[in-house]
Amino acid sequence: MTTPDRSVLERVEPPAELASAEEPVPACSFQVNNLSIWYGDKRAIDDVTLDIASNAVTAIIGPSGCGKSTFIRALNRMHELVPKTRVEGTVLLQGEDLYSSAVDPTIVRRRVGMVFQKSNPFPTMSIGENVIVGLRLNGVRDRKFLNERLEKSLRMSALWDEVKDDLHKPGTSLSGGQQQRLCIARALAVEPEVLLMDEPCSALDPIATAKIEELIYELKTKYTIVTVTHNMQQAGRISDYTAFFYLGRLIEFGPTTKIFTNPSERQTEDYITGRFG
Amino acid sequence: MRFETAHQHTWRKIKSALACTIAFVSAILVISPLGLVFFYLLIHGAGSVNWDFFTKLPAPVGAVGGGMVNAIVGSLELLGLAGLIGIPVGVLGGVYLAEYGSARINSVLRFLADVLNGIPSITWGMVVYGLVVLRFKGFSAYAGGLALALIMIPLILRTTEEVVLLVPNGYREAALALGVSRWKTIVHIVMKTASKGIITGILLALARVGGETAPLLFTAFGNRFWNHSLSQPIAALPLQIFTYAISPYDDWHRQAWAGALVLVMGVFCVNVIVRILTRGRAASVV
Repeated sequence: MTTPDRSVLERVEPPAELASAEEPVPACSFQVNNLSIWYGDKRAIDDVTLDIASNAVTAIIGPSGCGKSTFIRALNRMHELVPKTRVEGTVLLQGEDLYSSAVDPTIVRRRVGMVFQKSNPFPTMSIGENVIVGLRLNGVRDRKFLNERLEKSLRMSALWDEVKDDLHKPGTSLSGGQQQRLCIARALAVEPEVLLMDEPCSALDPIATAKIEELIYELKTKYTIVTVTHNMQQAGRISDYTAFFYLGRLIEFGPTTKIFTNPSERQTEDYITGRFG
Repeated sequence: MRFETAHQHTWRKIKSALACTIAFVSAILVISPLGLVFFYLLIHGAGSVNWDFFTKLPAPVGAVGGGMVNAIVGSLELLGLAGLIGIPVGVLGGVYLAEYGSARINSVLRFLADVLNGIPSITWGMVVYGLVVLRFKGFSAYAGGLALALIMIPLILRTTEEVVLLVPNGYREAALALGVSRWKTIVHIVMKTASKGIITGILLALARVGGETAPLLFTAFGNRFWNHSLSQPIAALPLQIFTYAISPYDDWHRQAWAGALVLVMGVFCVNVIVRILTRGRAASVV
């Protein structure tokens, strides 16, 4: 079959005790345990522990420089691109330790896709090529399969109707919002289990933002989504769970409705109500 | 606060006009040698650039006519050999500098490449003479190609590094986040994005070594006839120009002018191609 080889990192069912707890605990995608990350001597993430639910949207909020981006980049090992990073603690994806020495970061990233703040379709490629590039560079040659995946991914990212006649045009010819949806289609084409989004709307106008938010809402039926946002209203609108980070620490984590209406921590309340940050 | 007087204002305008004139004259002085070279080459050489020049071997001393076809083909062969060695080494080295390696090693490599770029080209001829010509007991196209390649490598290395560094990091991250390996990301995304710049660097390096004479003196050596084996001496346009220019015969002098004109036109054409390739680069940087 032409799907990417996943034998290195098989899906593992969540541990039984989680499922058999008294209350029905939502299936969890990531389990982050005592995670700390250093850039050189600077500690960017300080002893963070949280579970990220499957098929739900988890929003990471907090003031600039609080470690939000570092945290979600740690979920697919993208933070390793910065030289001199050091990690302590574990991140389990479906029970499998992402940082174990047997795991290749390339395979992790195939399972955990990512969309960036600035839309970045490859300038040398057409719209169509941009969508399937992840499959193509991972050795998929089957033309029919690629075409099917191309349409499916563009439909899922709600871009198909707008670009179906222009698939050969350069990806950079699209508007900013369309480019960002193209990047989402590109990430979806390799069929990841999780989609990480690092402030996906911060460079977009309100209408394009609304489209992406709507898209995120639809995608969560199939994917686990973790998104960083600076926009408090956006976190309130799209997310099921919210984690508030401050100075590299996880201050509070819980269902979004609770965080926004009845936070347990003073700092969370101050930040959400706009008293700082 | 005191405003300038009418007198000061006039004086300032005169100074401005003066500076502008000096800058304009300097600009003219900068481009005039090019016009001079073209003009001079056209006067002396254009008459001898004819069909025979591109199709015939050099005529024996005293005989009229003849051409430089062997030198033109020889130059192309030498450039081919130089490119075969110089392009992969230069491009891959440049990619290494931009994408891999530690900051400290890279700054050393960069410094060394800049030193290499400053080495007089005749030095490369001597080095290859010592390393290849003496060892294999003969001048050869291989030796000439190697000498030219050694000049090309640091040139290509530095331009490749620069254009690869211009590729925004977002593209690398986007590819890596798709689960594409580092190497494939570099080849299919980064190098592809920078390909125009890399090709420009290669063409400029070829144009530069295409006109080199000194490194070929003790390596390719020159040849009045066709070269039948790359392990034999081979003719090259600059070498032929050199030989003809220092000869005592008027006929050869005319041919030397023609050769120089053809060489300059070749370099000019390469530069035009580069301009076409890089058109619209202002917007996309690479």
